[in-house]
Amino acid sequence: MSSTVLKAHNVAAGGLLKRRLRPTAAWALAPAAAVLAAFWLLPLAHLIVLGGQQRDGAGSGYWQVLSSPQYLGSLAQTCVLAAVVTLAALLVGGITGVFLARQRFFGRTTLVALLTFPLAFPGVVVGFLVILLAGRQGLFAMLGLKLAGERWVFAYSLAGLFLGYLYFSIPRVILTIMAACESLDRSLEEAAHSLGAGHWRVVCDVIIPGLAPALVSCGAICFATSMGAFGTAFTLGTQLNVTPVAIYNVFTNYANFTVAAALSVVLGALTWAVLLLARRMVKQSRTVL
Amino acid sequence: MTGTTLRLIGCRKAFSDGTVAVHDLNLTIEAGETLAILGPSGCGKTTTLRMIAGLERPDVGQVLFGDHDVTRLPIERRDVGMVFQNYALFPNLTVEGNIAYGLKVRGMSVAERNKRCAELLELVGLQEHAKRGIHELSGGQRQRVALARALAPRPKVLLLDEPLAALDAQLRERLRSELDQLLRSLGITSVFVTHDQGEAMALGDRILVMQQGRIAQLGTPREIYQQPANPFVAGFVGNLNAFSVAGRTVNGLKVSGGELPWAEASEPSTVYCRPEHLRVVTREGHLHGRLLGQFFQGAQSRLLIEVGAAQPLLVDSADSVIHAPGDLIALAIEPQALFALHP
Repeated sequence: MSSTVLKAHNVAAGGLLKRRLRPTAAWALAPAAAVLAAFWLLPLAHLIVLGGQQRDGAGSGYWQVLSSPQYLGSLAQTCVLAAVVTLAALLVGGITGVFLARQRFFGRTTLVALLTFPLAFPGVVVGFLVILLAGRQGLFAMLGLKLAGERWVFAYSLAGLFLGYLYFSIPRVILTIMAACESLDRSLEEAAHSLGAGHWRVVCDVIIPGLAPALVSCGAICFATSMGAFGTAFTLGTQLNVTPVAIYNVFTNYANFTVAAALSVVLGALTWAVLLLARRMVKQSRTVL
Repeated sequence: MTGTTLRLIGCRKAFSDGTVAVHDLNLTIEAGETLAILGPSGCGKTTTLRMIAGLERPDVGQVLFGDHDVTRLPIERRDVGMVFQNYALFPNLTVEGNIAYGLKVRGMSVAERNKRCAELLELVGLQEHAKRGIHELSGGQRQRVALARALAPRPKVLLLDEPLAALDAQLRERLRSELDQLLRSLGITSVFVTHDQGEAMALGDRILVMQQGRIAQLGTPREIYQQPANPFVAGFVGNLNAFSVAGRTVNGLKVSGGELPWAEASEPSTVYCRPEHLRVVTREGHLHGRLLGQFFQGAQSRLLIEVGAAQPLLVDSADSVIHAPGDLIALAIEPQALFALHP
């Protein structure tokens, strides 16, 4: 991530030094500019403006969102859920990724393939799988009936959503960490050992700092995905108070375009701010590392 | 810092694919001695160093530090200092942080740590760079930080893996003499691996030449150079001229290009000499040949002389006479400069 940032810097600096773009060549940028304007800038601008409109004397969409405990609560819940999913995915995926990158055993490639399989599923299927596991007729419900005489059902709550998000976050973390692990300098670990550091000391002092950029960047992606994931949440039920579902409800059930737009902009801005922060952190850790 | 005697008894190490890296190695390194392990790549020198360090465990055999059997101890419990080929400095720590790391791990107090750190910074002359990050240092400075970091916890043994290989030639020369002085003043038992014979000769009290996982020769630099045990050692340490013997005369051996003085009763099939022991003479010499080329090397020049053998002769001559290619050159040699080798 930071290398692309650096590259962008270089390109910007190089652009100033090089002679200016030829007018004929600038025409070549026209299709890109048209696509950017038509599919990105214009709708986004419209969305932002729409969110600021007044309706029925209830204040602008933004005001409605920011003054409503319900919407703020939904935003907070979405944020906390995404953060918890990210941390859990980093923990599980990080440990698994390092293990898979370092150990060689029979069936390793098959295991990697199986662990990364969920990447191929759309959110709806992931939601379906969670229902099969923890829904009213799910495996846990059967197990609960046998053992405790009551159905254990948690698919339609935040716990189910957490499970679903974790399900497609972990493979990303595993893949990123495995790749990052291959590029770690093993002699750093040997050096730490030679200076008397035991196993856990080396993990804390060498491996985690070495993996920090990868952990931050794939954590950011997990966070962003969990903030905006809709398919899984929608499959598990429209009662869940997470922002993407709230946007859907406001938009389709009440046709309240203003609030839907304002919610979208706030959700986007929040996610974007977190991504920016993560990118800063990667950049900083790179200059230190 | 007092040295520890190091012993390897019948150490063997094979890799998972079955190739044996080191065959039953028996080796004693005296307390305070600097041993250079020299050999081409793949000869088992790095594996030997890693067995001493505790980064590899021998399949068979024992490693002893003094009377203490450390064979089963991992590196972190062996009390060794190690300098890695690429230095392996912690990129997220400063110079000071790197040097103090081993002290921190041992639970030394901050005050003591700072004191020891300052001592080492002075020892390697990096006082002004204490707060710098590793990426701000030059190659030579990094090498010194690596050395200071390894020495900080007062290890029993110092191990160096190609310590100067990553530096350019001029810097290498300077750091070599610095390292030599440092090791001598500390009196620490040290072992270093190198493929550079000049480095081994300059730094090693003794040199262990390895070939295909076995000891080819163990001796002082002088012994290795002047009495190489076999053609491999002779060829690896310095340059060598080989003469195929065609027959005997009363006081010499017939070779292509002339006759070599040989007083001994034996008649070896091949005799050898070093390039600097052949002298260019104006009158009758032992050998005659035509000059193929002359290469100026500063203090001396190297002559390539064709005598009708498979390889042209190498002659290192200190005189500054310039010969033309094709000139007839006469060469003389002292009888004691010739030696035979038993393969």
